[in-house]
Amino acid sequence: MINIIENKCDFCGTCVGVCPVNCIDVDESSILIDNNKCIDCDLCVYICPIEVLESINEA
Amino acid sequence: MKPSYDIIVVGGGPAGSMTAKYAAENGADVCVLEKTRDIGYPVRCGEAVGHDGVTQFVEMQKNWIAEKINSCTLVSPDGTKLDVPFANETGYILNRRIFDYDLSRIASKAGAQIFTKVKVQGLLFEDDKIIGVKVNHLGEDKEIKGKIIVGADGVDSRVGRWAGLKTTVKIRDMESCMQYSVSNIEVKRNNMTMFVGKNYAPGGYLWIFPKGENFANIGLGISGKYSKHKSAKKYLDEFMSREFPEASVHTSMCGGCPIAYPIKKPIADNIMIVGDAAHHINPVTGGGITPAMKSGMLAGIVGAEAIKCNDQSEKFLEKYVKAIDNDFTKRHHTLYKIKEAISQLSDEDINGIARNIDSIPTEKRTLRKVFMSSMLKKPSLIIDVMRIFTGL
Repeated sequence: MINIIENKCDFCGTCVGVCPVNCIDVDESSILIDNNKCIDCDLCVYICPIEVLESINEA
Repeated sequence: MKPSYDIIVVGGGPAGSMTAKYAAENGADVCVLEKTRDIGYPVRCGEAVGHDGVTQFVEMQKNWIAEKINSCTLVSPDGTKLDVPFANETGYILNRRIFDYDLSRIASKAGAQIFTKVKVQGLLFEDDKIIGVKVNHLGEDKEIKGKIIVGADGVDSRVGRWAGLKTTVKIRDMESCMQYSVSNIEVKRNNMTMFVGKNYAPGGYLWIFPKGENFANIGLGISGKYSKHKSAKKYLDEFMSREFPEASVHTSMCGGCPIAYPIKKPIADNIMIVGDAAHHINPVTGGGITPAMKSGMLAGIVGAEAIKCNDQSEKFLEKYVKAIDNDFTKRHHTLYKIKEAISQLSDEDINGIARNIDSIPTEKRTLRKVFMSSMLKKPSLIIDVMRIFTGL
């Protein structure tokens, strides 16, 4: 599961570009991650230029 | 906004505007749908471009130019500075806010209709055939019919994916980028400075692009291979506090730059993908304005022809793929290989190359000589590089 750190995102869409399952939706001023579709690959966490996303280990 | 158009262009950047301009000029009924409130804003770009690149499509306007560039300085990991004057090339640092805006006005003048604040939410299908887009325009859900949908929707493109095309960027081919537009700094005018090496920007480079007196875009891109361990912002903040602790930051921006092969299949029935969305970016420099304008132009021309011929099938749209192939695909493949070779050089290798080049007198240095000298470390690439510079 991916957590979006509040008020940090710049909505640049870099995470959308690398997401292999197309589960991120970025708008002019909003970001949504469909955690049901997310496969926990964490690529979005690694690529974010400003560390907006964090991986939450459910186990 | 009309209920239907011949061609719907999703995204109002340079790729989208050029698609719209050339499609409209060639007789198609075109609209451009931009998700933000302003064309050209927010800027997510270093804003550097070559004179010859832009003037293939439009006449350069004075107010687009923030700075004219006639030399570059390459800084190696050990701090060796190499000044390279441009021989025939002229570069610019643009004001993308004005540039993008004006390109959309040019598209509009050609007959395209532009709309902002339109969020495209998905494609419209009828019996598995794409017949338009589902949008939200200023809070209102609508459907717009179109015979061809063009995805000019950038690095975060979804149009291609909805149509089943592979626009996803491999993490190793994505540059994670951060940039500040800053004042209160000493900056060499009419010159772009690029820092290379793992300490500045692993798998990429750090740039200082001046925009007038004491003002510059300072940014960097690092490869997705390395951004896991330290973010682009951290690299840039370290550089800024070391080199420009007194700087004022007027704009902070971040973004992704796909330095990949152009996507193999940027078309499907009733669909074309252009610009960043199709990975049309120079993989060595990360420069995407010119290839975006080029693929937009070619898609616009082919799109209009497809409307005239009443055939928007994938087979017909292959003309667009052929046109790109004849233009820059091969060159980008070679540049990609060069990028890969450069990325394998260690900081020590780069320092060695820099010392070699330093022995060439400045007035005799050309970008070509610098490049050739770098390639001596990787002889297998000389042939590829020769091809690029001789245009074979």
